[in-house]
Amino acid sequence: MSQITTRFGSLDRWEKGGVDVIDDDPRNYVFSNVFEVASRAKPYEKVAVGKNIEYVIEAIRAEGISAWRAPAQDEFALVMDGEVEIHLLKLAAPGIVPAGTRGSVELGSTPAGKKMGRVRARRGHMTLLPVGAAYQFRADRPSVILLQTLAGRDTAERWSEICQTTATRRS
Amino acid sequence: MTTESGPNRHGYHTFALGEFRFERDECFAHVVWPKGRHLLPVDAFLRALQRDVAWGFFYGIVNFDGVIGTVNHYGTVDLFAGRFNAHYRKAGLDYTESFATPLIQRAFEAMLEDWTNAAFDPFASPAETGSALGPKNGSNKRAISRHRVTAKRMVGCPGDEPTRSDERGFPVNRHFADVEQDPPDVEPEPGFEGEVVAFNLFAYLSRSDVTWNPSVVSVCKGSLYCPTTEEYVLPVIHGNDRVEWFVQLSDEIHWEVEDRDSGALRARVVMKAGDVAAMPADIRHRGFSPKRSMLLVWENASPELPQLYATGKMPPVPVEF
Repeated sequence: MSQITTRFGSLDRWEKGGVDVIDDDPRNYVFSNVFEVASRAKPYEKVAVGKNIEYVIEAIRAEGISAWRAPAQDEFALVMDGEVEIHLLKLAAPGIVPAGTRGSVELGSTPAGKKMGRVRARRGHMTLLPVGAAYQFRADRPSVILLQTLAGRDTAERWSEICQTTATRRS
Repeated sequence: MTTESGPNRHGYHTFALGEFRFERDECFAHVVWPKGRHLLPVDAFLRALQRDVAWGFFYGIVNFDGVIGTVNHYGTVDLFAGRFNAHYRKAGLDYTESFATPLIQRAFEAMLEDWTNAAFDPFASPAETGSALGPKNGSNKRAISRHRVTAKRMVGCPGDEPTRSDERGFPVNRHFADVEQDPPDVEPEPGFEGEVVAFNLFAYLSRSDVTWNPSVVSVCKGSLYCPTTEEYVLPVIHGNDRVEWFVQLSDEIHWEVEDRDSGALRARVVMKAGDVAAMPADIRHRGFSPKRSMLLVWENASPELPQLYATGKMPPVPVEF
């Protein structure tokens, strides 16, 4: 029996499937690839790869040190490639996140608060980014995060750039 | 809900639900309704029935095949024959009956328990279970009544669903023997031990003992991450009542996408690791996974969605560009 290998993608190596149209518009499937999106993104750009009304999944290229952000609700960061250090800080003033905020807000500087700790997350690791806290990502080399959140003011939507739009599948 | 006082000559009870009647023999499940009858291979039927029961009839439509299935109205469930089959409808042979959810749930559970033999696990991949065929031969209550994972916040959070391990009875699956099992390095400051939380989702999935069973691992308000491991063929054809998203976490799945109401083929979607695709609200789909793979099913659980899509207040696609 041949050895079975589990295939994950990475920034260095990913293969893309696609939509083989029979009788439809390929845009209906909003088909993209998180590694392709991250490979073309700026560090810590929050590029939506999935959207379900107010909710989004964002592909984030982690590289260097991010700004501090504070979520308006729990968020969840899944590392898809590389290694990311996540620093958490309990906000002294949770009101720094305006009422009605969706997703998260970028903070101009390190906010006041108590250090909660850190997580060193590698491929497949999922980390809770809790409401009431601020977080900062640090990555020594380009890595990829998939973020479960709500669409916020920093969410970038550029579907026509990242999605399959023609009937023929791209390989 | 059984129609006879005892089992039939194959050892199985017959079940009646409204005007529907369900019988099984050694090879097939037979479904009879006032306008017609249909039969399905019993292993396929039990795999579909298992998911419908375990999922609480899921989101939208669970087609057991091109004829039989259920529609979830979240309080009541339609049991149908031919309703989403253009030919049955044209011939006037389609039939639907509505039941209170607890009633149909009990009937399906009783049928699943009676018709599942000791060697057969309807949640397992076909390569990892014995046969469903033959005369009545024991039962497999443990396999058909597994705990359904529904994290309230995130797997691994205090008081929430636990992670998986050998000790908890979840060995690494044969197809995921090469998946890293290392946990994340979690370093909380004193006093924040329960608030700095992370876990290895890929290791967690590598230890799943079932296939095609989306289970909640993280909750962002109404946004639910429901990853699952897939092997061979999705035992149901899922008809959407809302938009659903897939993120292929590992390996590869091929999706056959059909019009939800007529069954006309619309597209084939091939997903490889890192691919993301939406399944529109007006389609039905069936997946084919050549090797056990990890799939992230992403659902919006907002209860008002079926009505919004059904009345055309929401377009069937999530993004227009």
